Amino acid sequence: MAVIIEKNTKIIIQGFTGKMGTFHADEMIKYGSNVVGGVTPGKGGQKHLDRPVFNTVKDAVKHTGATASILFVPPAFAADSAMEAADAGIKTCVAIVDGIPSHDMIRIKRYMRRYSKEDKMTLVGPNCAGIISPGKSMLGIMPGHIYKEGRVGIISRSGTLGYEAAQQMKNLNIGVSTSVGIGGDPINGSSFRDIIEKFETDDETDAILMIGEIGGPQEVAAAEFVKANMKKPVIGYIAGLTAPKGRVMGHAGAIVSAYGESAIEKVEILRECGVVISKNPSVMGDTVKSVLEKI
Amino acid sequence: MDIHEYQAKQILASFGVSIPRGGIVYSPETAENKAREIGGLKWVVKAQIHSGARGKAGGIIVCNSPLEVAQATDKLLGKKLVTNQTGPGGKIVNRIYIEEATDIDKELYLGLVFDRSSESIMVVASTEGGMSVEEISKEKPETIIRSKIEVAVGIQSFQARELAFGLGIDPELITRTSDTIIGCAKAFSELDATMVEVNPLVISKQKQILALDCKMSFDNNAMFRRNKVSELRDKTQEDDKEVYASDRGLNYVSLDGNIGNIINGAGLAMASMDMIKLAGGEPANFLDVGGGATPEKIVKAFKLITMDEKVRVILVNIFAGINRCDWVAEGIVQALEKIEIKVPLVIRLAGTNVEKGNKILRDSKIKYIEANTLEDAANKAVKALNK
Repeated sequence: MAVIIEKNTKIIIQGFTGKMGTFHADEMIKYGSNVVGGVTPGKGGQKHLDRPVFNTVKDAVKHTGATASILFVPPAFAADSAMEAADAGIKTCVAIVDGIPSHDMIRIKRYMRRYSKEDKMTLVGPNCAGIISPGKSMLGIMPGHIYKEGRVGIISRSGTLGYEAAQQMKNLNIGVSTSVGIGGDPINGSSFRDIIEKFETDDETDAILMIGEIGGPQEVAAAEFVKANMKKPVIGYIAGLTAPKGRVMGHAGAIVSAYGESAIEKVEILRECGVVISKNPSVMGDTVKSVLEKI
Repeated sequence: MDIHEYQAKQILASFGVSIPRGGIVYSPETAENKAREIGGLKWVVKAQIHSGARGKAGGIIVCNSPLEVAQATDKLLGKKLVTNQTGPGGKIVNRIYIEEATDIDKELYLGLVFDRSSESIMVVASTEGGMSVEEISKEKPETIIRSKIEVAVGIQSFQARELAFGLGIDPELITRTSDTIIGCAKAFSELDATMVEVNPLVISKQKQILALDCKMSFDNNAMFRRNKVSELRDKTQEDDKEVYASDRGLNYVSLDGNIGNIINGAGLAMASMDMIKLAGGEPANFLDVGGGATPEKIVKAFKLITMDEKVRVILVNIFAGINRCDWVAEGIVQALEKIEIKVPLVIRLAGTNVEKGNKILRDSKIKYIEANTLEDAANKAVKALNK
């Protein structure tokens, strides 16, 4: 069983009939994801890409049995859509959208506290590439073909840097069990630690590549978890060695504002916690390879 | 987004925070009148730039007559102030804030920021006002008190009271201090701020609690619903190239090196900059054209990079996913038909249809150096620089 999504996971698209929703739903269907319908308020009853459109997520869940959703709604409405998914019983929700206000993200997370652990939705993103379990299902916007099926888990804040890693691995004939883009925002649905914990218990994953960057406490929190709890090897790369302090580097969350948030400091802490460091972004694949050879 | 001190003060005042009397002026002539209008015997003339540490840079002048106020205003207006936060270029002074001088008895520190670990708003206070929060944490960490605001319910009165008592405030001033803290917290929550800093928050000899210097920053992602706040943006305080970029949907940060970068995705952009550094070069900028790297964005990116006179080599690194390399390559060819590049150009494409993409570039008239990996691209860029 793969982490988070499986081959038959039923997926709905929130913001189904929009340009982005249509394009990526089509890509997901072509990849083999089990897209069972979508939601666009006011367009319920119509068909889109040969699949039913519903007015609400609850309707969609009731009629299709969907357990996963992906959001292609504008930032201003994204918080509302994520909470609607959580309330409708969706188990995994990926928010691709870039530009959700931080206050809204905190509100979503507080709202989700009302659900018991078993009923709680896993929110991934926002501002991310989504999730792919190669050969099984894609709940995201990544180019599916660059991922080879295999046994290494990838967790990345950045989309394209995650692609770079998957491509380097594919060139070395190394495959991926699941790749999760957790997104570049300061407050996100799932942290490195949340996902790394899932990989530790996943019987299809042998090692994990964690691609972090400057800003925020998440890489360090994950490294501490690795040190205390993980048996599987973890490889890490931190982008932003040359980033100046106090400046936002593209991702809203990529800003060094406290001790332990710069690339050098994070690398040191990760190394102390037993994470194998990829010394530059060009050797992420090689570093994974050398670790796999030792298992 | 940052705003000026006087703007932050006006916002906080509307949330019940007391501030000294003051007014904004744009010329020495109006400054003299403004000083008279404010009244009193002593004034502080404060250069409005988006930076702290203005005092040490000569941007704050105490005056004893309206005439002196006019002279100080004349001295500061149009000047570029260089502080330890502005970079060597400094920031231009276009606005002057004139304020009545305050008889200070005690200086406190009050700051509110997002705490990413607890995902809440953290209030930080200290009895050591006037120093930066970094200095306080280094030199007097024992004076720092903190309180977490639960975003869903907002700040509670007891939290503000605890902070006020924690600062050792006189019992008679506790209510006014709590109100100040509550006002700052409400402004933070209601306006999508990411930072509110009152430093110093002072107790005057007349027993007033006054915000003497204020800074506020806001969440750029929330500006769509904060029209009044977004109108406070002052583009003269931002780097010209960064303004050009942000107006065109590009993520750009100006840096000191001479290798210009055009990259898709923030993480890949940072990684490419790191590779340049490891290869012995220095990046001139961070530039993320967005994951999609559309031809329109690439044209804009080339225009932007060629505006930067420091740039002696340009490195393009695009990982094309769904947007295929052949399509990206056509975008690059189109861009370079419109823009003349006078420096060496290194291009690395990766991802979907990379062979087709490289063939389009090779068959075009573009003069460039082809690279295959991230490392190869960085090495070739540094080599081209040294030729």
